[in-house]
Amino acid sequence: MFATARRARSPGVLAYPFPGAAGVLARVEAAFDRCFGAHANPWRHLGALGFHLFWIVVVSGVYLYVVFDTSVAGAWQSVQALSTEQPWAGGLMRSLHRYASAAFAAVILLHVGCEFVRGRYAGARWFTWISGVPLVWLALGSGVVGYWLVWDQLALFSAVATMEWLDAAGVFGVSLARNFLTPESVDDRLFSLFVFLHIGLPLLLLLGMWVHIKRLSRPETVPARALGAGTLAALLVLSLFAPVTSAGPADAMRAEPALALDWFYLAPHALMYETSPGALWAVATVLTLALAACPLLGRAHRPAVARVDPANCNGCRRCFEDCPHGAITMHPHPDARIGAELAVVDPALCTACGICAGACPSSTPFRSVRELVTGIDMPQQRIGALRETLQSELARLSGPARIVVLGCSNSVEVEALRSPDTAALTFMCAGQMPPSFVEFALRNGAHGVVVATCPEDGCAYRLGGRWTQQRLDGLREPYLRARVPREQMRVVACAPHEAADLRRAVEALRTRRSHASAAEEVVHG
Amino acid sequence: MASRPVALLMQAVLYVAFAAVIGIFSTAPVYRHLAEDQALLKLSFSQPGQLRSECRRRSAEELQRMAPNMRQEMDCPRERSPLTVELSLDGAMLARETVAPAGIARDGPSTYYARFPVPAGEHRLTVRIDDSERVQGFNHVRDETVRLDPGRILVVDFDPARGGILYR
Repeated sequence: MFATARRARSPGVLAYPFPGAAGVLARVEAAFDRCFGAHANPWRHLGALGFHLFWIVVVSGVYLYVVFDTSVAGAWQSVQALSTEQPWAGGLMRSLHRYASAAFAAVILLHVGCEFVRGRYAGARWFTWISGVPLVWLALGSGVVGYWLVWDQLALFSAVATMEWLDAAGVFGVSLARNFLTPESVDDRLFSLFVFLHIGLPLLLLLGMWVHIKRLSRPETVPARALGAGTLAALLVLSLFAPVTSAGPADAMRAEPALALDWFYLAPHALMYETSPGALWAVATVLTLALAACPLLGRAHRPAVARVDPANCNGCRRCFEDCPHGAITMHPHPDARIGAELAVVDPALCTACGICAGACPSSTPFRSVRELVTGIDMPQQRIGALRETLQSELARLSGPARIVVLGCSNSVEVEALRSPDTAALTFMCAGQMPPSFVEFALRNGAHGVVVATCPEDGCAYRLGGRWTQQRLDGLREPYLRARVPREQMRVVACAPHEAADLRRAVEALRTRRSHASAAEEVVHG
Repeated sequence: MASRPVALLMQAVLYVAFAAVIGIFSTAPVYRHLAEDQALLKLSFSQPGQLRSECRRRSAEELQRMAPNMRQEMDCPRERSPLTVELSLDGAMLARETVAPAGIARDGPSTYYARFPVPAGEHRLTVRIDDSERVQGFNHVRDETVRLDPGRILVVDFDPARGGILYR
């Protein structure tokens, strides 16, 4: 059972629609982490990989367009010439264009599936999800029309199948399929329309992709160099070993009974001929509506959003910088001090991760106020309440090696480690933890602190793990102070099923403490 | 993370697997939409039927009731007859449809498109079309033996100006 399913009521835990599938995905990602490293793990960067493949398709497509003859009589010959007359340039580009397109479709399907399994479709994420739905159709349309340009038997089959499907909608008044009835039916003007569609649809797709990532702060559109290069190399090798070829020239009077379909794009044609155009319309409509309705699934789980306390907000902009969804904007402070700013939260954009609270300089537990009120905080899990919990946990600790584990609600369940000598405190996201909590624990009786985050590049709230690591490394404000002994701290980036990694880190700190105590006893005689 | 040589080897294996999946499903499995011994019959037309009713001369009373600028002596309705088509192969009915004319005023063409995979070989093909409500029965008939080779597409079209029922 996926750990987060047991903690579904804890603040910050994302609602997974299928916890079992989420668990399997986490294990697959962890396995790929071991081979690729998190930065180059394709499962963690499917969106960026999609952008990468799109640009490969565009660049190879520009080359193909230069030599393409946009006429009925010349199209097949010009494409065929790429493979026969310049196999090392045009043939390679043609194959790369097609295989990258297929990979693009595959990555889109995986991206949709993974984001659904991760529960990233509801709440503030609805816009990103909904804006992605038409992209699926635009990508499919772009690819299908691309096949028509080759104008071989497969192209004719695809064009006729598409037109028969559109005719079944009964909205055009004429039969579009009649445009391909005889060889004389197709003229160069229709071919110009194909070219227009094959350029226009990808342009619309690119515009849609830009809208799709508009609500994300620091969207990732370029994969790690190793992942990008590896993917390109794999497609190049495939293009060299299995160059793409055309079927025979399109002949409206002769049907090719068996066709080598590209199942990534042309599978709907097969579905239509195995059922009916009406059935394909039904499948397409139901799938589209189901995708569009996903955000409604999460409406009941909308958590409370971050709240700003103007009296404690000094307008430092750290929350503004760190918010992964751009939910915070800076406005003039109502206290009218010249130049002073106040953070303002847009509830529609806030995913309630708490990363802003972890970024706030007023969230330090060393403040000597009785009630710790911070500049920005989460109503369902206040920093002040977390400080009180940590204090009571520290007070109950006993034993020679007292360890504090600061966890993330979407990572390993740290509460299971609680014991007389181990304290556990769970944040909504690791990014909600002010780094000063580590120092606070060490200065108030703990001998070691373990911070558990989501896997690297696998934060449930996108950037929490990265910001936490940078804050603890002194690379991002608020810093963990340099005087805090790093040897008494461990950061463990792990998925919910990787509890063993966390236990090992706790035991390592405990062993270290035992050795240090023994050494002290020797020194003091 | 695994040791670097092992990680690189695993990466290579997984990239090859990725390329293999892309390469295989880009062309396979082959899809057969017609059996080896089948041909394809396409019945399609886009033609207006004949006018549904003849022109008639308006009476003096009718003309008197009309606005002076609208007083046309002849009343010629625009509405077209629907097209009724029957297609049979070796005596077996493949299709019988009545297709209404397009347009709000029902004055546009009747458009039809259908495809029928049929066994290759010699067949008795009979096409009957009725494009006028003012005529009883089918006023266009073509009945003849055709030879369909495997994979052949035979288009049955209708164009009265070019001889009625056309085989292409």
